[in-house]
Amino acid sequence: MIHSLFLVNASGDIFLEKHWKSVVSRSVCDYFFEAQERATEPENVPPVIPTPHHYLISVLRHRIYFVAVIQSEVPPLFVIEFLHRVVDTFQDYFGVCTEAAIKDNVVVVYELLEEMLDNGFPLATESNILKELIKPPTILRTMVNTITGSTNVGEQLPTGQLSVVPWRRTGVKYTNNEAYFDVVEEIDAIIDKSGSTITAEIQGVIDACVKLTGMPDLTLSFMNPRLLDDVSFHPCVRFKRWEAERILSFIPPDGNFRLLSYHVSSQNLVAIPVYVKHNITFREGSSQGRFDLTLGPKQTMGKAVESVLVSSQLPRGVLNANLNPSQGTYTFDPVTKLLSWDVGKINPQKLPSLKGTMSLQAGASKPDENPTINIQFKIQQMAISGLKVNRLDMYGEKYKPFKGIKYMTKAGNLCQFRLH
Amino acid sequence: EVMLIPTRPRLFSVCRNEDLKEMLESSKESLKLEAMKRIVGLIAKGKNASELFPAVVKNVASKNIELKKLVYVYLVRYAEEQQDLALLSISTFQRALKDPNQFIRASALRVLSSIRVPIIVPIMMLAIKEAAADLSPYVRKTSAHAIQKLFSLDADQKEQLIEVIEKLLKDKSTLVAGSVVMAFEEVCPDRIDLIHKNYRKLCNLLVDVEEWGQVVIISMLTRYARTQFTSPWKEVRGQSGEVMKAFYESDSEEKKGHTEEKPYIMDPDHRLLLRNTKPLLQSRNTAVVMSVAQLYWHLAPKHEVSIVTKSLVRLLRSHREVQYIVLQNIATMSIQRKGMFEPFMKSFYVRSTDATHIKTLKLEILTNLANEANISTILREFQTYVKSQDKAFAAATIQAIGRCATNISEVTDTCLNGLVLLLSNRDETVVAESVVVIKKLLQTQPTQHSEIIKHMAKLFDNITVPMARASILWLIGEYCERVPKIAPDVLRKMAKSFTAEEDIVKLQTVNLAAKLYLTNSKQTKLLTQYILNLGKYDQNYDIRDRTRFIRQLIVPSEKSGALNKYARRILLAPKPAPVLESSFKDRDRFQLGTLSHSLNSKATGYQELSDWPAVAPDQSVRNVEIIEASGSDSEEESSESEKTSSDSGKSSSGSEQSSSESELEQKKKKKTKKVPQKKSKPTAADRYSEIPAVCWSLRVTTSSFGPVKTYELLHHMTGKGLAAKYHFPRQPCLYQPSMVAVQVILSNSSDHSLEEIHIGDRSPASLSIHCFNTIERLEPEASVTVSMGIDFSDSTQAANFQLCTKEDQFSVSIQPAVGELLMPSSMTEQDFCKEQGKLQGMNETSATITMETANASSQAISKQVLSVANVGVVSSSQNNFSRFAGRTVSSGALVLVSLELKESSTALLTINTEKTVMASMLLRDIKQALTQA
Repeated sequence: MIHSLFLVNASGDIFLEKHWKSVVSRSVCDYFFEAQERATEPENVPPVIPTPHHYLISVLRHRIYFVAVIQSEVPPLFVIEFLHRVVDTFQDYFGVCTEAAIKDNVVVVYELLEEMLDNGFPLATESNILKELIKPPTILRTMVNTITGSTNVGEQLPTGQLSVVPWRRTGVKYTNNEAYFDVVEEIDAIIDKSGSTITAEIQGVIDACVKLTGMPDLTLSFMNPRLLDDVSFHPCVRFKRWEAERILSFIPPDGNFRLLSYHVSSQNLVAIPVYVKHNITFREGSSQGRFDLTLGPKQTMGKAVESVLVSSQLPRGVLNANLNPSQGTYTFDPVTKLLSWDVGKINPQKLPSLKGTMSLQAGASKPDENPTINIQFKIQQMAISGLKVNRLDMYGEKYKPFKGIKYMTKAGNLCQFRLH
Repeated sequence: EVMLIPTRPRLFSVCRNEDLKEMLESSKESLKLEAMKRIVGLIAKGKNASELFPAVVKNVASKNIELKKLVYVYLVRYAEEQQDLALLSISTFQRALKDPNQFIRASALRVLSSIRVPIIVPIMMLAIKEAAADLSPYVRKTSAHAIQKLFSLDADQKEQLIEVIEKLLKDKSTLVAGSVVMAFEEVCPDRIDLIHKNYRKLCNLLVDVEEWGQVVIISMLTRYARTQFTSPWKEVRGQSGEVMKAFYESDSEEKKGHTEEKPYIMDPDHRLLLRNTKPLLQSRNTAVVMSVAQLYWHLAPKHEVSIVTKSLVRLLRSHREVQYIVLQNIATMSIQRKGMFEPFMKSFYVRSTDATHIKTLKLEILTNLANEANISTILREFQTYVKSQDKAFAAATIQAIGRCATNISEVTDTCLNGLVLLLSNRDETVVAESVVVIKKLLQTQPTQHSEIIKHMAKLFDNITVPMARASILWLIGEYCERVPKIAPDVLRKMAKSFTAEEDIVKLQTVNLAAKLYLTNSKQTKLLTQYILNLGKYDQNYDIRDRTRFIRQLIVPSEKSGALNKYARRILLAPKPAPVLESSFKDRDRFQLGTLSHSLNSKATGYQELSDWPAVAPDQSVRNVEIIEASGSDSEEESSESEKTSSDSGKSSSGSEQSSSESELEQKKKKKTKKVPQKKSKPTAADRYSEIPAVCWSLRVTTSSFGPVKTYELLHHMTGKGLAAKYHFPRQPCLYQPSMVAVQVILSNSSDHSLEEIHIGDRSPASLSIHCFNTIERLEPEASVTVSMGIDFSDSTQAANFQLCTKEDQFSVSIQPAVGELLMPSSMTEQDFCKEQGKLQGMNETSATITMETANASSQAISKQVLSVANVGVVSSSQNNFSRFAGRTVSSGALVLVSLELKESSTALLTINTEKTVMASMLLRDIKQALTQA
């Protein structure tokens, strides 16, 4: 299925190649570079590019293009999903997935790719299994390996491949048995000029970090499972049990994993926890524009809105901005016209504001629109949908684990205020 | 220290290969490993490291697993280029294939099959076949991958590979399922017949298969289902309204009318597939969700398809590339089924952070979803898009507005007005696009629109985009009679600027001039002449050609003739309006979710989805016989017996390969028949199971003793070419325990083939014989071995029957030696003595015999006795005693033979059994055997 893989950096250099079948010349990437040149933004390169003899399917993550070479019909999502899985694995192994990290760990990268695909078909993609085959590099291990000449490669076939729970390695042992669950919700919303919501939705995930000895069988129940409209599970979750009782029953993988992603039904009205007051004006014939932006919290149940970051793409005619933030710092890039304001925490008693003037290109006509504003924020200890975990039980093992649950709400990819 | 030197970049680059070679040849493992790591680094960078092949390949058998793995990486990369050297490593892999560790076996097969060297094809084939039967499912999975590799290396192996695929398809491991279906898709996607028997198993395993395998299996099953089931869409297609009525009005009358047409009943297997794939919509893997969605789209009844909507919309929150593919598929779906996605319209609202291709797709979908009810919401949303800073996107939005305006007549005017407002937009591309779209809209709207044209003519001076200028000129020309005052004035302006215009504008100017000349020649004659003259000397030949053509057409002259009269009808003919439709309109010719669908062109290796068959093919092909638990025992037994029988067959007659093959077939038939028979005759079964397991192995050893005697059944002279011999294979008869197994070797020594060889009448009539199946045809010189069972009822009376061919009948008879009516029984010495004690007096027959000296040892005695009678040896603690035990086949009576050696080769032979007649006959036979040399 997947013939070859090329990693291309932002400047268009191929810095790694791997072939699973016969070697495909790297000149095939010329078609990709052409598309890259045509695209105005790095994100605009089409994910599927046909060439005379091959098809190129690529994903862009961390400013690296992962370009897979395909020779015949295959579901494109199959390849895309796999490439993302590769990136996730690299991130898992090296902490970051950058060109430097990949180059530093090229042998581990190669060993991983070798195990993840056989003849272009995915072989082992579960992190639990891969980690048994190839140990993640740590500084200590690297040093020990250099001195003793021992290896990163596991000698046994990971047991998971053959057990009924392929996602969990066997023989797990901990002195402290702990299970942590993070309920993280993201709000995606578009708000119009007058402050009314055009569209808003909440999606959430439950990420788990489970360090339990043996083969624990867990059940997790919610106070209000009806809130969950659409869910997708880690393969470990027993679907039938969910269908029948709305209970998550599973034997967890060892370590970090995403247990559940969900969407909160759109019948529930979503309250956006921040509001924006704005006054951005350009006057005809003047080379100055006024900029005035104030943020405030809304319906946060007493929880603080933190890590607020405002960004806005100002009109092309704006040459520079001379602004004065009441708190935090701001930057304006005159080339990309991107304004970003790192606000920090919103204090309800003293609302943060950003005021000042913008200088416009002399002679240019008045920009005909107000920009859109994107806002990032975080609220700890609250799930905005109101989702609550009821209890977590463990079966199959005798010890008493420590259980922890944390809630968080944050802005999703887009919490957008249209000011026009 | 030595290790560190080459890490300095300068030194490293200068004498890279020499250093690496040295390191690889050193005795230190760590140096070798370091060298291999660097070589892998080179490979990763795409640098050529093939020079090092000889040095690297030496380390293929290294004990260090990491080193070994890196060598494997290297081998796979360069073996194709260095075929001769690569062959050196093959034996290492062959050895590793036999390793007790499944991990090593699997990785050896992975590498061996990745070495693309044609000369090792037979080795690969053998390795694949062996691995496919491996106990470890992981190794079997690897063998499924290797199938594809071998196939791409040598397509001639197809037939053999299909056999392996067929075998692996039967595998019940979830680990193997995905990989073997992948191999199936690659090697023989048209052999749908291989799927039948595995269909239900695959459906049931699906949830537990790993995610990548799920995608492959679902896509294969989609194709399969379209060839095997009838369409679930028929009722909807024909008269959807009627069906709806029947659904809502439960009136009996209405229903009666419907039952006349054959109601559609879904095949349970079809339902099974739909039911078992549905949970996978909740998978975290986007490819799995998409593949289930396409399965429902292509296979489910129309009203069930919408269950996939929510999951598809969920995928839109995934990575950008995922969004792109999913949106493409939704775009295609939303053309046919607006209702599916309308409730989720807001999910397709464009965000300013979306990539351009995502924005365009969302716009496409929103346009597809537009209807009378939601158009106002959509148009309001579009208005904000027009203001977007991404001008290409703004232009695309204007196109979309145009499409909405033509599709929904209620809003045409609103849209038109909105577009006219955009004409005063500051951005040129927006204006230009608006002009182009207005032009198309006006064409579709034959009502009064001179106002808009006038407005556009006014804006004309400020518009610089050539396409927009050309569009306005065309509009004014086309509708010049509606704007009689403005049109000549525009032409006047154009005459002034003609030479500075772009080519498309020039062409439209010539068009406008011609149309005005025909309708208003009084005012525009001179202007037209002037423009035509300018065009005549233009640099572009298209414009010169067009000018010449227009002049001939409109200006009357003596040469122009009849054409001139029709100039008006040619130039001012009513023109059909352009159709504004989705670019995804014809994409549904491709299966959703495929690469071909994404590219809108057929990709290499794309498999067409066939149309539903009008009549469903036989459903029973998917039935699988359930093998009973008891079957496994008997299978083992009979496989054992196969061995012995073929052995004996060889030793007796040296029958040919073909005969023993057909014999195997016969055995197989026996196997299947045996199980039910066991059930129907409980008494026989009981007795059968009484025989301890040990006796079986005993029997095997005994029957291999000495040559088996073959007797003539029919001479070829009397048989008109048909010759028959028989022997007793000394195995329990599989048809019925009370029968004695007989093997008959039939051969044809005539010069023509014999047909329909079978058994005819038998005598005595009560004689129970299990006949062999009729042999349809026996070629000259060919022979075949068949098995039959005869119940001799513990008597040596001959079994008479007729051996028939198509033309003739021959009476034959089988007279068993008494020893053949027995079967071995295993017992301990104590048991033997105990049983012997019970069979005293009348039941004991004995004689003193003088043996041939060569037979005096206990081994020789055993050999002789066993050659005569089918009995088992009873281990003896006394040297001078030999004991044998058996039972009669038919009634199961014990037959005990004991031989006490006396001095000078004399011995006392005793037989204890209630079957006294048999005893005396047996005594005679054994005596004869032991006294003769």
